[in-house]
Amino acid sequence: MSYEIIGMVVLWTFLFGYVIVASVDFGAGFFNAYSILTGKDRILTKIIQRYLSPVWEVTNVFLVFFFVGIVGFFPSTAYFYGSILLVPVSISIILLAIRGSYYAFENYGSRGHRGYAFMYGATGLVIPASFSVVLTVSEGGFVDIMDGRPQLDYWALFSSPLTWSIVILSIIAVLYISSVFLTWYANRAGDMEAAALLRRYALIWALPTIITASGIIYELRSHNPEHFGSLMNLWWMFAISFIFFVASVWLILKQKNYGLAFILLIGQFAFAFFAYGISKYPYLLYPHLTVSDSVTNDAMAISLIVAFVAGLLLLLPSLYLLMRLFLFDDQYIAGKK
Amino acid sequence: MLLFDDPVFGSRMLTLLTLTFHIIFATLGVGVPLMIMIAQWVGIKRNDMHYIMLARRWARGFVVLVAVGVVTGTAIGLQLSLLWPEFMQLAGHVIALPLFMEVFAFFFEAIFLGIYLYTWDRFENQKKHLLLLVPVAIGAALSAFFITTVNGFMNSPDGFSIVDGQMTGVSPIEAMFNTASPTKVTHVIATAFMTSSFVLAAVAAFKLLCRSNHDYHKKALHLTMKVGLVFAVATAIVGDFSGKYLAEHQPEKLAAAEWHFETESEAPLVLYGILGEDNEPSYAIEIPYALSILAHNDPFAEVEGLNETPADEQPLLFVHYFFDTMITIGMFMIGLSLIYWFASWRGWSVASSKPMRWLIVAGGPLSILAIEAGWWMAEFGRQPWILRGVMTVDEAATQSAYVGHMFVAFAGLYFILGVGVVVVLTKIFKDNPVELELGEQVVIAHEL
Repeated sequence: MSYEIIGMVVLWTFLFGYVIVASVDFGAGFFNAYSILTGKDRILTKIIQRYLSPVWEVTNVFLVFFFVGIVGFFPSTAYFYGSILLVPVSISIILLAIRGSYYAFENYGSRGHRGYAFMYGATGLVIPASFSVVLTVSEGGFVDIMDGRPQLDYWALFSSPLTWSIVILSIIAVLYISSVFLTWYANRAGDMEAAALLRRYALIWALPTIITASGIIYELRSHNPEHFGSLMNLWWMFAISFIFFVASVWLILKQKNYGLAFILLIGQFAFAFFAYGISKYPYLLYPHLTVSDSVTNDAMAISLIVAFVAGLLLLLPSLYLLMRLFLFDDQYIAGKK
Repeated sequence: MLLFDDPVFGSRMLTLLTLTFHIIFATLGVGVPLMIMIAQWVGIKRNDMHYIMLARRWARGFVVLVAVGVVTGTAIGLQLSLLWPEFMQLAGHVIALPLFMEVFAFFFEAIFLGIYLYTWDRFENQKKHLLLLVPVAIGAALSAFFITTVNGFMNSPDGFSIVDGQMTGVSPIEAMFNTASPTKVTHVIATAFMTSSFVLAAVAAFKLLCRSNHDYHKKALHLTMKVGLVFAVATAIVGDFSGKYLAEHQPEKLAAAEWHFETESEAPLVLYGILGEDNEPSYAIEIPYALSILAHNDPFAEVEGLNETPADEQPLLFVHYFFDTMITIGMFMIGLSLIYWFASWRGWSVASSKPMRWLIVAGGPLSILAIEAGWWMAEFGRQPWILRGVMTVDEAATQSAYVGHMFVAFAGLYFILGVGVVVVLTKIFKDNPVELELGEQVVIAHEL
């Protein structure tokens, strides 16, 4: 395998990791705020706090890993995306900063502060929306090269139906992923009241997830026919994804094995996410930047891969410990520790 | 306004703003874990509840600082690409390795910090809980190490060559261990430990001044001042090496910091003063031979002057004041902690006198100011280069028309975060005073 493929696979995997972990986090913040608003906080807040507290920092690192990694493996992305994304990414950073720090402020400073909780909930939906714009931009059609410098056409971007479909999908997916995870978590905690409520949320958001996702594929047919064509070649991956989706919804509906339901959900998103990623190949920014134009030199690629393997050897046991203590320890989840 | 019209100037100012804010939290983020570790270790060894409580309360404040450090660190990480796209494209090819490893180091730290914070009462054996801090402290120090090598690379771009506009012979390891790295890394880590100790000392001294004469605060003050002294001395020693590095490899930076224009031997160290039109400082304090000693360990050695550097490659001369501020505060802190340590060792009352405590309180913010001055000196002193000798800031900056707007937005963000930190930290410790918490602990101990 060439270095650019290894690099792409690693980075895409980490981005997928971020999508899942961050969705749980973003959605949890939203449900928390929503439950305060509707007076159901008694049911939900405890279980959400219990999960979020020890892991919030870890979530952010997935994101940092992705963008530092992509600049390392594909330095030209720093130039192209750096030149065009100043405004949208700055907005994301500011929201992320407010969210992260105000979570800590609320959690360690004044628990139950409504203002913080609402801020936390609202940013949880706006951040995925603002980050999803990067994916839209990568589809091409919004960037012109003027005097050798890439320029973003803001008006074209904001008036495109593709942009808004992706934004809506990102929000709905956050709510769906998060509610399925929290259903399982609450169930393990033996908190049946919370599990029942979250299960209802999961069922509400299941269908919209599939509808908006299909909508984007439809939008792509007119926006970027080339990409649509390569997506269609991978139809079997989407088919597997759909089967996973049906299976996990069925389990939730039948109130059976929520753990398996969440694993199936990860499978569903993994297949769709990787099919989407593979179909984009070889473009990093359609049609200006390809993977092979932008890949770094061999010496750097090798050293990054070595560092990555060494880093994983260090991190995986640590992550395992974290999960064992807080995610798979029934006594902790139930609030007995 | 220049901020809105000139993307280069705007990018410089936004980077200045973000780094100035971030470095406070980054410095404490590197230094405080060590302090928590020392306190908990002393507590376990002496079986003294006060030290354990110290570790516990410091850790509680520490997470709030870490949170802001994480989010502002994410901001600067992305801003490097958003504001300096040309630079990051080049840097990605050569210096991406330590940037990448920094993320791992931080990941490692974040995981164990999460575990440490939520497992205070889950271990029978306190020592096991203390062990969790080891990866936190190591991760923090490694983060500082990796990220500082990137800054070292900007000052001393090693590990590649450019032939006919093409980059060749890239060696990521050589780039990481560039000539500037050893002195820079040790300086950054030593000052992080020093600053963190003195900031915590300032808190303890302030508490003692506010009527609370609790042993807890006295122990905290004593511990932090001692650790602070050790690292302040270490910083001074490393600072001397840094001077020698600069004289040899970046003479223009040292010369600008010292207002040293003509190459000459027996060069004096010029502190403060005002620069006249003929580049003659007036009202300055001159220490004879000191610059020659700092640069070459020899009072008679020749030190290269700024005039040897082409005029358009000279750093701005106001870095002199940053340099002086840093040195003065460093020396002041060594003196203060030495006097404190000596006086309390001899049992002199001056150690617990009010003026002494007020000086220690001032030492906290002053140490932070020294860190800021040091970074301003390091960054302004490299101008006009972003990558010394290879790429200037003008060439590297984005051409976006919205840099000024982003500056305003981020200034607003940092203001909100700054206020938030102060409010929350005050609340955490006011709502839960140490006397109360210790009281509870004592009761529990008796029940057991």
